[in-house]
Amino acid sequence: MGEFAIGQPVTRFEDPRLLRGGGRYVDDLAIPGMLYGQVLRSPHAHAKIKSIDISKAKAAPGVAAVLVNEDWANSGFGDLPRAEGKKKRDGSPMYRPHFPALAKDKVRYVGDPVAFVVADTVAQAQDAVELIEVDYEILPNVTSVALGSQPGAPLLWDDCENNICFVHLEGNKDKTDEAFAKADHIIKKRFVITRVTAATMETRGSIGHYDQAADRYTIYTTLQRALNFREELAETLNIPESRLRVVAGDIGGSFGMKSGVFNEVGLVLLGSKVTGRPVKWVCTRSESFIADAHGRDNVSDAELALDENGMFMGLRVHNLVNMGAYTQPGTDAGAYSNLGTLAGVYLTPAIHVDVTAVYTNTNIMRPFRGNGRPEAAFVIERLVDLAADELGIDPAEIRRRNMIPPEKMPFQTGLSFNLDCGEFEKVLDQSLEMVDYKGFEGRRAEARKRGKLRGIGMSYTIEKAAAPGYEGAEVRFDRTGSVTLISGAVTHGQGHETVFKQIVSDTLGIHPDEIHYLQGDTDQVFFGEGTGGSRTASLGGSAVKVATGKVVDKAKKIAAHMLGVDEVDFSEGVFTARETNRTLSMKDVARAAMSPKNMPQGMELGLNATAAYNTTRQNYPNGCHIVELEIDEDTGQVEMDRYVVVDDVGTVLNPLLLKGQIIGGISQGVGQMLMEQIRFDPQDGQNLTGSFMDYAMPHAELFPHIDIKSHPVPTKTNILGTKGAGEAGCVGALPAVANALVDALSHLGVTHVDMPATPERLWRIMQEAKAGRA
Amino acid sequence: MHNFNYHRAADVADASGKLTSLDDPKILAGGMTLLPTLKNRLAAPSDLIDLAGIADLKGISVEGNEVVVRAMTPHAVVAASAEVQKALPALAQLAGNIGDPAVRHRGTIGGSVANSDPAADYPAGCVGLDATIVTNKRKIAADDFFLGLFETALEEGEVITSVRFKIPDRAHYMKFRHPASGYAVVGVMVAQYGSKVRVAVTGAGPCVFRVSEMEAALEKSFAPASIANIKVSAEQLMGDIHCSAEYRAHLISVYARRAVEAMV
Amino acid sequence: MDIEVKMTVNGKAVSGKVEARTLLVQFIREHLRLTGTHVGCDTTQCGCCVVHVDGVAMKSCTMLAVQAEGKAITTIEGLAAPDGTLHPMQQAFRDHHGLQCGFCTPGMVMMGVDIANRLPGADEKTVRHQLEGNICRCTGYQGIVEAIMDASAVMNAARS
Repeated sequence: MGEFAIGQPVTRFEDPRLLRGGGRYVDDLAIPGMLYGQVLRSPHAHAKIKSIDISKAKAAPGVAAVLVNEDWANSGFGDLPRAEGKKKRDGSPMYRPHFPALAKDKVRYVGDPVAFVVADTVAQAQDAVELIEVDYEILPNVTSVALGSQPGAPLLWDDCENNICFVHLEGNKDKTDEAFAKADHIIKKRFVITRVTAATMETRGSIGHYDQAADRYTIYTTLQRALNFREELAETLNIPESRLRVVAGDIGGSFGMKSGVFNEVGLVLLGSKVTGRPVKWVCTRSESFIADAHGRDNVSDAELALDENGMFMGLRVHNLVNMGAYTQPGTDAGAYSNLGTLAGVYLTPAIHVDVTAVYTNTNIMRPFRGNGRPEAAFVIERLVDLAADELGIDPAEIRRRNMIPPEKMPFQTGLSFNLDCGEFEKVLDQSLEMVDYKGFEGRRAEARKRGKLRGIGMSYTIEKAAAPGYEGAEVRFDRTGSVTLISGAVTHGQGHETVFKQIVSDTLGIHPDEIHYLQGDTDQVFFGEGTGGSRTASLGGSAVKVATGKVVDKAKKIAAHMLGVDEVDFSEGVFTARETNRTLSMKDVARAAMSPKNMPQGMELGLNATAAYNTTRQNYPNGCHIVELEIDEDTGQVEMDRYVVVDDVGTVLNPLLLKGQIIGGISQGVGQMLMEQIRFDPQDGQNLTGSFMDYAMPHAELFPHIDIKSHPVPTKTNILGTKGAGEAGCVGALPAVANALVDALSHLGVTHVDMPATPERLWRIMQEAKAGRA
Repeated sequence: MHNFNYHRAADVADASGKLTSLDDPKILAGGMTLLPTLKNRLAAPSDLIDLAGIADLKGISVEGNEVVVRAMTPHAVVAASAEVQKALPALAQLAGNIGDPAVRHRGTIGGSVANSDPAADYPAGCVGLDATIVTNKRKIAADDFFLGLFETALEEGEVITSVRFKIPDRAHYMKFRHPASGYAVVGVMVAQYGSKVRVAVTGAGPCVFRVSEMEAALEKSFAPASIANIKVSAEQLMGDIHCSAEYRAHLISVYARRAVEAMV
Repeated sequence: MDIEVKMTVNGKAVSGKVEARTLLVQFIREHLRLTGTHVGCDTTQCGCCVVHVDGVAMKSCTMLAVQAEGKAITTIEGLAAPDGTLHPMQQAFRDHHGLQCGFCTPGMVMMGVDIANRLPGADEKTVRHQLEGNICRCTGYQGIVEAIMDASAVMNAARS
């Protein structure tokens, strides 16, 4: 079974289907009798709804229902899921606004759903949406997180003082203050981490189907956590989970964004309940910019204290984090759950972080590829480069000096991470070698002759993956000895099917073609939390491993019984009786297990196993990115020329897929650093980036060939030894690219470049630097 | 998209007649701008008149000192045409960088020119290459054709049938692509005709325009240095969240200079 | 008022009644139920909807169904050989891990075939440039670019 073994670059089993056009995304599903919904959204960032007139829309051709807040309230449905658990600075509970699926009395961001039209066709629903008349009284708005908590800022919620949602403190303040008092150097900088959007190629969509006869709801939707989704949605609908089925087909990208119960999920179910027919809603691309949850958007005031030798003594960070207009479970996590990344791979003994989460007149937030990790990585890795510049130490050298050596593992950082393993200096050295760090100045000089400003930048980042939690897996043999494999995880592009089949095939000796993979249907999946936080290889993979282990244990007993021996050996799918050399295959045993005569006394029939794997310790993927790029001196255009990565994600299950995850992550980090940004008009709060005409997406031409090597240091925190890989690429990319840009401009005295580093921004920086020098 | 009536024009006269007689009609050429506009409900014409079936609106020929591109010729055909590549490579290069390959397979020169989109490439090609826009009624010099933002000299019932580009001694087109849309933020066509030089700019203003100061300087001495210090005022230029008017003004200088560098 | 349209899709003659405003992609997905062709944007930029019209790549979201009257359309479903063998472009996408979520993939593959047809043996820089009308959010494009170059060579060899 070597071909499919763990560690082999196995090509994906899901690909032939997807490559033939056989994907089953939510918009591909058509249910007989299905109607179509469209949402009327707020055109204002903040306004009172004085009145809504739906009479013309109701009378329009093909319209089956026009729903407003009152209909939601009267349906018996409650708030959409709301965040909880955090506290304000004075210890009082966080501010948790009500969250109906359609706005009541007030709209709080451009795109806030106001009404929902259900009609025979999408076009008819769109036509009718245009006939709804809403009388708004426009209110002052605030979209900027920096201004949101200032005294006098417009309040989103009358009883939420200064728009503060919650405050989170982490680390040791006294020790940190002490370190700063003794420091020889203090590096201080404000970093603005821009707002971006996941822009999944498949937009969000849902089909709601209420079966009146059975009094049961089914939602077909785009998600990444089916069972958690069912729990949250059942609470909103005020029904037991058993009366709700959640089904996800193929998911066309998510990156964290599709992890929640959005307004439209409730609306299609209400629409179905009201009309008695299935209702489909699929977001258009332009709509998605004002309807989706966004990511990042915070302001970090950060300080690094150093001694005279460039050793880090303390780190102090104040973050203002944008929550948007409402919070849901998980929408607030980016503010606090990944601050550990700030400590980096460094010995820094004293760290303190103070986070204030702020409501503004903007879309709700959701995790996006890293969920606080890239933000934190950007802050620490930019600070390190600023320190290197200030102290005149090479950026590689200052990192090397401060790195935690392997012999200090396990190591408790100044924040939450308790690192179990890692060989940071080795990874750094390999990266420097790959990029030919020593030869850089020669390449810089050569570029200069072509009118190009060449820079090199690095980052060494670490993050947590597979936070303590659980995942389920089930292995079911059928009568012919083929297998159905079920996971609680939900792939949205990562290739779970391939890696899980590798594990099953490797352990049980069943050919992957005889394994059917199933996920995302709560009527079939028994257990699990879903995908997110770089957890699935570690937790989902381990669960599959445990389930297959249970199958082997049981099958060995059956085989021994059938062969009339006490014990059998099992290898590559074959059971062997030691004494007689008689053998049975896994398939023989699976078939036999359906018949009572083959079973040992008292053993249950069948060869099935479930597993619920849980960990209490997260793992810490880490890696080094080095970028070389050139800036056109005349135009500010950037061309990336070299990009190398050495990663440590523990045991590599499939190097082909790992590479895909890292490069994909990098492309999103590079996108944010160079071009992407959701922007709001500071006056009227309009989203100025409402389509692919204005929101700049990275294209193929932006990237050089990216070289990746792995330096696996397996972790003992799970049985496979893997560390999460899903977010690592994005985490390292932001600061590495930023550092390269600054390096390219350093001869002009430039020490920082804000994101996105558009050509115009870089051109202006060069103009200003030159003017300042003249 | 609002619904509309769809007509296949049998010939140009038929199209022109329908254009005059119907309520609020629009010509459908390649549809690369019109259809997205309709999809986003930014326009709601009563009727679309499709020119795709009119055979004599397609094709390219070199006639004397002119390259003639018929109105319904797709950009990809212009870009790949051996005749154009030989007679007027700058035009092939311009056409080959409009939008993307799929857009170039469908988008047409007539549609692009008739629309006068401020960020389209062809207007710079027309004005820079001293083109004549030929309609079913008359011939209009490109200099007189593009009047403003989405505004042209076309009158009611008038249909573009071809564009005649004057073959220059040499020419070059350079374009700075919009990071999101791919349209021209600044596109500069520089063309030399004996002692005369044309510098036409698209993308930067509400409509294509010529930079007479650069033309005069290049007519004196055709070298990058001649225009190195000529700046276009940002006052009349457009700005958006990606590129301000001031930056566009700067890019005009850079791209004009680079176009000349590529020519000498 | 509905209009009758007739065209050939993946070698089969098809017809249907559509509104004038029905897009080609809607006709393909909703009338013919060939859902492999996707819609990823509304501004003609993402390329998820690319099909071949009379042998060249076009964006089926920016074309009316009535404009396809009499044309020969190939969608992703029509690319593999009749016996099910993947087209070299499809195979190369699998070999080079050129897809993750799979949503942009049909358009990417159809554009890839178009690039290979027009520019046999195109280098990496050219292929990257030719993908200016196709957006992928998952892969970072590297596997896609490698796949197109690889398949292009295979297709080239098969032609000569």
